[in-house]
Amino acid sequence: MLTNSKMPPLPSNDKRWRIVTGTMRRHGFARDALIETLHTVQEYFGYLDKPSLRFVAASLHVPLSQAYGVATFYHYFTLKPPGKHTCLVCLGTACYITGAGQLLAAAEASLNVKAGETTPDGNVSLVSARCIGSCSMAPALIFDGETAGNVSETVLRNKLQGWNN
Amino acid sequence: MTFEELEQIATDARAAKETFPRALNVCVAAGCLSLHSDAIKSALEKEVRRRGANCRVAGTGCMGLCSLGPLVTREPDGHLLKNVAESDAPEIVAKLNSAMPERLLYSRDQPFFQRQTAIVLENSGRIDPEKIEEYIAAYGYQALLHALTDLTPAQIVQEVSKSGLRGRGGAGYPTGLKWGTVAKTIGTTKYVICNADEGDPGAFMDRSVLESDPHRVLEGMIVAGYAVGANLGYIYVRAEYPLAIKRLQVAIRDARRLGFLGSQICNTKFSFDIEIRIGGGAFVCGEETALIASIEGRRGTPRPRPPFPAQSGLWEMPTLINNVESFANIPTILRRGGEWYASLGTNKSKGTKVFALCGKVRNVGLIEVPMGTPLRQIIFDIGGGVPEGHRFKAVQTGGPSGGCIPEQFLDLPVDYESLKEVGSIMGSGGMIVMDDSACMVNVARYFMEFCMSESCGKCIPCRAGTAQMFELLTRMTNGTAKLNDLDLLEELCDMVSSTSLCGLGQSAPNPVLSTLRYFREEYMEHIVRKHCRAGVCECNKLAEVSA
Amino acid sequence: MSPAPAVKTLLIDGKDVSASGDQTILGAARENGISIPTLCHLDGLTEVGACRLCLVELKGSTRLQPACVMLVEEGMEVTTHTPRLQKYRRMILELLFAERNHVCSVCVANNMCELQDQAEAHGITHVRFPYRSPSLPVDASHERFALDHNRCILCTRCVRVCNEIEGAHTWDLLGRGVNSLLISDLHEPWGESDTCTSCGKCVQVCPTGALFDKSKVGGKVRKNPDFLSYLNEMREGLR
Repeated sequence: MLTNSKMPPLPSNDKRWRIVTGTMRRHGFARDALIETLHTVQEYFGYLDKPSLRFVAASLHVPLSQAYGVATFYHYFTLKPPGKHTCLVCLGTACYITGAGQLLAAAEASLNVKAGETTPDGNVSLVSARCIGSCSMAPALIFDGETAGNVSETVLRNKLQGWNN
Repeated sequence: MTFEELEQIATDARAAKETFPRALNVCVAAGCLSLHSDAIKSALEKEVRRRGANCRVAGTGCMGLCSLGPLVTREPDGHLLKNVAESDAPEIVAKLNSAMPERLLYSRDQPFFQRQTAIVLENSGRIDPEKIEEYIAAYGYQALLHALTDLTPAQIVQEVSKSGLRGRGGAGYPTGLKWGTVAKTIGTTKYVICNADEGDPGAFMDRSVLESDPHRVLEGMIVAGYAVGANLGYIYVRAEYPLAIKRLQVAIRDARRLGFLGSQICNTKFSFDIEIRIGGGAFVCGEETALIASIEGRRGTPRPRPPFPAQSGLWEMPTLINNVESFANIPTILRRGGEWYASLGTNKSKGTKVFALCGKVRNVGLIEVPMGTPLRQIIFDIGGGVPEGHRFKAVQTGGPSGGCIPEQFLDLPVDYESLKEVGSIMGSGGMIVMDDSACMVNVARYFMEFCMSESCGKCIPCRAGTAQMFELLTRMTNGTAKLNDLDLLEELCDMVSSTSLCGLGQSAPNPVLSTLRYFREEYMEHIVRKHCRAGVCECNKLAEVSA
Repeated sequence: MSPAPAVKTLLIDGKDVSASGDQTILGAARENGISIPTLCHLDGLTEVGACRLCLVELKGSTRLQPACVMLVEEGMEVTTHTPRLQKYRRMILELLFAERNHVCSVCVANNMCELQDQAEAHGITHVRFPYRSPSLPVDASHERFALDHNRCILCTRCVRVCNEIEGAHTWDLLGRGVNSLLISDLHEPWGESDTCTSCGKCVQVCPTGALFDKSKVGGKVRKNPDFLSYLNEMREGLR
């Protein structure tokens, strides 16, 4: 049996690390807790950076390259800090055929970044998603966690401009 | 827990409801919630308190007609109120005992409601998904108690086989057969997995069931655990569905509290527990072996089968994997009998199917119909047809693994076999209606882009093949394709579907193949005349320049 | 001790063959002098069934099966070289050539490359698919070895040998699909890896010029993937 006596030191004295450790403890520090633990890190820190990956990998005895491989395989995880605001454009089929592609293009033009990027000032992250399951309100977007349905280009532009002021 | 105790909980819950002569049920599932139905619920509660009205205000799951949300139902007369706003609260409460204003009232006397048969959705929109007592009042957990006290595991498998239920995740493998295989496989530890990684873009059935009636899924899983000899179950849910995850957490906690989960369930020797695992946004994890890899904390890449998960699955133990809707059918099958269930549907496809009807159709929402219902009835009667000014062109089923079905097959009865015959698949239940504003080449390119970026990259045909097909389709839409590219595309379709390791790659060419089969002339127009009749593709600009 | 698996008899390309029940079709075929092309397979490593070159036809089944993982069964009738299979194999190789930048004439593994060998064996003279020509880096930070992503076919032999034989698990894949990339540790330069033991096994098993010994460029590359069978036999006392 592996013991947990050789836990790596916490990356910092940030209290959120205790929550992360709690997730790992709940799963008995088993290797299969990797994805669950990464979810906790991302929930509390907003993204996964190398120190956090190093800490989680060492705690769960997962090889570093494997941890990195997992973190980059699943698109829900992000390795870069998110912007102050997040605009998520759903590209599910229902949204796509009702014009989500044009909405994304408009957002990219308005923010001058591509989907998956954050504006250089760190203000807005533009994200696209496969399907958020809000097909009944297509095209749907999520502005800072709040779903908006039947979005027009004007509504989108106004919202993005509002974030810039 | 005994039958008497269960009945007592049900009676108490019903009595608690009946102390109020009136009730207002507000839909708080994702669709209406994103239109702030929670605020409407608060406004109604406030108004009821202010007026001292004898009325109960409750949050419920999905009422089906999402496009008219936020929705509220008034009990006991069942009046459905559409497009409700916070400001409507005073009027609704003031007129509790009289007729509702016309602008809010939506008549139930319409095909949308009349043509449906609810099994999986029987409680959706009627009970509070966060109150286990309400599920019990709706005959919940009776099937579990019946299974544990009156039936042997073999009898349960027999009943499920008798029902003719087939996997609702898309492939349509007979559920009873799957259960039987896992039950018969020798192993000290077995697992039950509920696949709630609903990844098809344009599908939201599983999400809605989990948000509206989570206990139904848990009950199905517990029964399955007893039938196959497993003591632990996992629900693998997409991280994109936070509300479903929250409701599942509440449901599991309550089920443990009442002893439906845990050790010695209902005073028997059977123990079972359920854990939630959260997916990370990878479509391929809907594939059984990839899903298992993901639960084990690894990259979600599939492995060759055999061995099948029924023999060697999670941690190489026999594992039963069913999708949300399959499990959600189980309580009703056990309560009403496999024979009753088999009386619904067609010869080879039994029971009902839930569809997420969306796209260019009037009534967007969640519906449940008997298998064998013609497409025309679903799209034009229930769905209300294509909105004014446009013509129906095709309906897409099966997501990125399915195909586009043209008008000539609208009278097709929807079941596993007939959909396959016309080049699509049942899939998990997404049904996206397209009108003449959709370009079929562009739609094919859209799905190929999806498959390309969702390919795990393990096998070469899927990894490199989807990328090549995407490139060829892009050439067609932007006007740079040559006639030879169409031959290459068709060759790739054949090769990728024949040689890919898992279902994702094997079915990735389907959207291309089905659109080529029915809309070949659109491909030719793009390639030869650089013309897109729907006016969607870039190639039109090119044609203008050269003209 | 589990009982010895039963002996099975089957037909491969019309030839009667007997094999042990735990043998794969590939193993049985090779033992009997029937060659089936492979790229991701290597004796001594776990099978992944990923390159799909070893797909064979089984009588009575429409689905093609990878010979490297499919176990032999009594009465099985296997065909390994039908026109259909050969066509698919050529296409798979073409897809690999079009996926990254395989320029044999300037590759360190020229004439020592399994991908090149397979292309020759399958008579590939040109690639019909559009070259994707991705811009990929070369990692030469390790003092003895180097990694050229342009030549990598993502067969994961290096990942497996490093994990299963050396036990270091320095290598793994990043991302997914066509954007997958071989990485060491947390996507850090190979030369800075804390976990790499510089044993060089990954270099020996690499089928192409993706992983190579810097001191042996220019036609002197000689790879020796067969050391694995030797290691396994010594360790587990096979045979």
